[in-house]
Formats: sequence, C-alpha cells, structure tokens
Amino acid sequence: MTAAEVETVYEALALGIDAAGGESELFLAKVALLLAREIGDPERAVALIESAGRHLGDRAAA
Amino acid sequence: MRPQGRAPTESLYFTYPHFDAPEGAARERLAADTRVAIVGAGPVGMVAALTLAREGVASVLLDNKATFNDGSRAICVSRSSFAILESLGAVAPFLDKALGWTMGRSFFRGTQILEFEMSDPASEKYRPMYNLQQQYIEQYLWDAVAREPLIETRWQSEVTGITDHPDAVELTVTDPQATYAFRADWVLACDGARSPIRRMKGLRLKGENYEGRYVIADIRSGHDYPTIRRALFDPACRPGGTVLVHKQPDDIWRIDYQLADDEDEAEALQEANVRASVAAVLADLGETGPWDLEWWSVYSANTLLLDEYRHGRTFFVGDSAHIVPIFGVRGLNNGLADGQNIGWKLGHVLTGRAGEDLLDSYSPERRGATLDVFANASKSARFMTPPTRGWTLMRDAALSLALDHPFAGGLANPRQMTPFTYAESPAVLPDDPAFTGGAGVGSALPDARVDGGFLSDRLGAGYTLICFDERLAEGVRSLPDAPDVVCLAPDSEAATVLAAGPQAAYLVRPDRHVAARWTTASAEAVRDALARVTFQSLPDNAAAGTVEA
Ligand SMILES: Cc1cc2nc3c(=O)[nH]c(=O)nc-3n(C[C@H](O)[C@H](O)[C@H](O)COP(=O)(O)OP(=O)(O)OC[C@H]3O[C@@H](n4cnc5c(N)ncnc54)[C@H](O)[C@@H]3O)c2cc1C
Repeated sequence: MTAAEVETVYEALALGIDAAGGESELFLAKVALLLAREIGDPERAVALIESAGRHLGDRAAA
Repeated sequence: MRPQGRAPTESLYFTYPHFDAPEGAARERLAADTRVAIVGAGPVGMVAALTLAREGVASVLLDNKATFNDGSRAICVSRSSFAILESLGAVAPFLDKALGWTMGRSFFRGTQILEFEMSDPASEKYRPMYNLQQQYIEQYLWDAVAREPLIETRWQSEVTGITDHPDAVELTVTDPQATYAFRADWVLACDGARSPIRRMKGLRLKGENYEGRYVIADIRSGHDYPTIRRALFDPACRPGGTVLVHKQPDDIWRIDYQLADDEDEAEALQEANVRASVAAVLADLGETGPWDLEWWSVYSANTLLLDEYRHGRTFFVGDSAHIVPIFGVRGLNNGLADGQNIGWKLGHVLTGRAGEDLLDSYSPERRGATLDVFANASKSARFMTPPTRGWTLMRDAALSLALDHPFAGGLANPRQMTPFTYAESPAVLPDDPAFTGGAGVGSALPDARVDGGFLSDRLGAGYTLICFDERLAEGVRSLPDAPDVVCLAPDSEAATVLAAGPQAAYLVRPDRHVAARWTTASAEAVRDALARVTFQSLPDNAAAGTVEA
C-alpha cells in the first residue's frame, strides 16, 4: 500500500469508529477478525495482534 | 426443585416407581461373596451391569434411593450412546420415545445468525442426537436390568463402608432392616458426582471451576417448534447472558438460562423468580400460550476429574470419576461410554477371554476421553459464558460478523459429542500407515449400509473381524478362539467408508472401536493382534507369530 492508500484505510477506520458510537469496541473487534481472515496467515495475524498491544500505556505520556 | 405444593418426584408427566429394599428370601444371600458389586443404579451403573451381563458375568447392583433420580437432568443422548444401548438390547423404547435432531440455530440479540447441521450421513443407523428426559433413560435401562437374571438389584441399600483386602473388597451396606457386609472381587463405583466411595477412599477430583451458572428449568407448553437446539446470545430477556432451549418428549421444554455474576443463586432459584425468568424467555420466543412449571435446578460449569480411575480393585465410572460442563452434552454420554468400557473389559477378563492387564487400559482410555471433553467444553464454555470482557467482546464480534460472513459462525459451533479415539491405548495396536482415510485405530467404527441393514447389525458381542476376502475370512474362522468374522463385498459401502481394499481388514472391539487394521491382512496377523490387545499369550503351537511382552 502507498502512503495515500494507508491513509484511506486510516480515514475509514476513524469514520467507522465514530459511526459505531457506543459500539466502537465491537466494531474494531469485527474489523480485526475480518482483516485477519483476509491475510490468511494465522502466525502473521497473531504477530500483528501482539504488535498492536505494544505501547498502549504511552498515550497519556505523549 | 418443584413448584410449591408438589413433592419431589411429583412430575406432571412421569410416574416415578417405588422400589422396596430386599425382603424375604432375597435377604438370605445379602452377605454372600460376589464377583462384581456396582455401587449406584444411575444410568452409568445400569449400563455397566447390563454390559457385564451381556458378557455372561453376574453382578450385585446397589442404590440408596427407592426410585430414579429426580428431574430430567441430562436430556441429550448421542449417536454413540444409542450404539451402546443397542448392544445391550435396550434401544427399542429409546427410539420410540426420544426426539432425534440434527440442527441447531443461534440467535444474537434476537436475530438468527447461524444454523448448523450435525453430520448425519445415510450410512449411519442413528441420528447424531436425541432428546429424552433422564428419568425415561433410567426407566428404559431399568426395564432391561429387571429382565436380566444375572443382575441382582438392591434398592434402598446404601454403601457406608469400603475396605480393601488383598484379593477382594469388603462393602458395608445399610438398608432399612439391617447393616451387613459382603465381599466383591471387583467394585464399580458408579455413585455419582458426590461419590461417597471416592470420599471414603480419600480421593479428590481435580481441575477447574468455570464462570457461569445456569438455571435449568422444564416447563410443559404447547410451544410449536421443531426439535432444534436454540441458543440465544444476549437476548432481550437476559441482556449479556445466554439461553438454551431444547424440546423434549411429552410437550416438555428445557430452558437453560445463564445467571449474571451478581445474581444470587438462592434467590434466582426461588419459584417466583424462575417463573418470571421463564416467562421472559417465552416472550422473546413469541410464545404467548399457557404453560406449567415442571422442575428446575442449577448447574455450573466444572472440569474436574480423578488422576486415576482405577484404585486397586475399585474402578470409578461416570460422574464419580469426572464432572464436565453441560455444553456439548457430554456428562451422561461420556459416563455411559465409561460404563460400557469397564463392563466389557471386566467381562472379558472374568470369562477368561482376556488377561487382567486389559483392566489397566480403562483409566487411560476413559481419562483421555474426559480430557478431550474438557478441551472442547472449555472452548464451548468460553463462548457460551465468556469469562472476561475480552472474551465477551470477541464472542460478540464473531456473532455479529456471522450475519454476513459464515466463517465467523464457525466459532459458534457447539462442538457436540463425538466419540474419543483411543489411539494411544495399550488395548489397541499401532495403525497401519498405508491407509489413507477410513477409521483409524482407536476410533469408533463408522456405520455403513449392508443389504438393507447396517454393518453394526453384523458385529458380534466380542471382537469382530471385518474383511472383504472370503479366503481370509475362512482362515480367521478356523483359528482357535476365532473372533466373529464379517466378510463383505469389496465394492460395498463399508469398504468405501473404511477406505478398505480387497485385502484389507479391521479388527473391531466389543465397544465398536477399532483395535487394529491392515491394508493387507493375514489370519496369523489377526491371531497375533487379538492375543496382544486382549493381553493373552499365544498358544505354544503358534510359533509363527511374534508377540512382544
Ligand atoms: C440437577 C442435575 C442436573 C443435571 N443436568 C444435566 C444436563 O442438563 N446435561 C447433562 O449432560 N448432564 C446433566 N446432569 C448430569 C447427569 O445427570 C449425570 O452426568 C448423570 O446422571 C451421571 O450418571 P451416573 O450414573 O454417573 O451418576 P448418578 O446418576 O448421579 O447416579 C449415581 C447413583 O448412585 C447412588 N448412590 C450414591 N451414593 C450411594 C451409596 N453410598 N450407596 C448406594 N448408592 C449410592 C445415587 O443415589 C444415584 O442413583 C445433571 C445432574 C444433576 C444432579
């Protein structure tokens, strides 16, 4: 994906989270499962899930 | 529990019998030695006694109650259990009364998101699952026990002591008239989840208690819906919880509903609260007709088992050996398989058709089956009653996705009971690696249609060889102590199901699990295999075979 394409996805996620309102967490969980299935590589998917888990506490400090 | 004003066992549709304690002449032999004593005449104890009787072995069956267990309890009977009932000559009333089913439907917040079909090929004689109240299960087993001269049943007879001797076990029994003792060569402790024998022997179940308690309530209602298991996730009547709905014979409906973490169990079990909860479920199902409350209870999801099912001359069988979660309906089915497993093994040993070492295969085989149940049931439990926010969120994501993406529905598969494969057991041989497909060593034999009937109808009561070559069949039939032989056409459905070429053969155990198989079989190989899996040495003149110790 080009930087512009990544940005398209980024925007879709932001808009989707807002549209989901109080169900944004459920929305993101569904997105994650769907995308993981598209990758078709469970090890890669699990590694990416772990990667997403890093630095979650850093936001407040930043 | 039953509604106010009704006694325990005062059912809307079932008349519980009353059994007297031994009286008159029957008391004269109470203290006599016996070969096998079975403690507990629940479904598992009765299956064990019937299996032993089929082997030609007499037993004494003791139960502390004067009637059957109260309430419908375990209502789902699997195909493999029907095969057991058939082998005991007891299946006919079950087939008449039980409701067979193959389908389940899952609903998420009121919308149907998934429909699953259990595998039900035309080659199978029985449906994958049947619904039948446990008191009928016990009634029909009891009818078979009562007909069986080799079983002496003693109702109202509580085992209150157990003492091991070098070559026997002494049981102390208290009945309404007396306390007496007798000796048994072998004891089967089929005395249920609270097993007094387990306690008296100082043994403990080990494992985990899961989150999630369910109230199970039976109602009588004219509710019109086919026999399809319904699972309601996060329904309006129970936000955040799960509800299961099953149809039973006699217009009885089972409604299982999950209690929330903060719900008090004693309070939830009060009649008024049960009525209100059931009414809410019925409203969700669109049922507006009248209904009667029959019986209710509470159930929690545990995975607990004994480290070892055999202790000297005592075997733990059924719920005394393990407690499993309700999801996937394995509690009773797993127990019936235990009862059959120890029954035929002990029967073969006591009638000189197997060496005593065969008995040591009971615990690994049946513990293995229970651990397999645990692995499946913990996954089901996580889905049915997610223990944390993370599990809940992912469960809901899967359910919500399933509406548009069938793959996600697969996560909601209830993983119903399938028989365990005893691949590692000492009582089977290593598999023949040349097979591709068919039924592996240790697995339950699949059925196949044969001449208007089924392969399972042809199997003998002991070991059976299934082959496809008349010369091999003749060779095996002429062996000393030959197994039963079923010889089928090489182009039969059985050959296809078993992935068997014309020279192939399967040696099947009395419990219809595969003991050995060969892509190219010989009478000598069959003879050696039979000797090994029954822990018997070959006769001296059988020099050709090699038998490892
Ligand atoms: C309230 C309840 C609800 C259940 N619901 C479900 C369900 O929905 N689904 C499911 O799969 N399973 C369910 N089960 C579990 C299922 O009923 C058991 O798995 C099944 O009954 C096990 O059979 P068993 O023969 O091993 O033990 P039991 O049926 O418990 O039989 C043991 C017998 O031993 C007798 N006994 C005990 N101690 C002695 C003694 N000292 N001397 C003589 N006799 C003795 C008892 O009276 C009893 O008859 C439920 C159980 C209960 C209690």
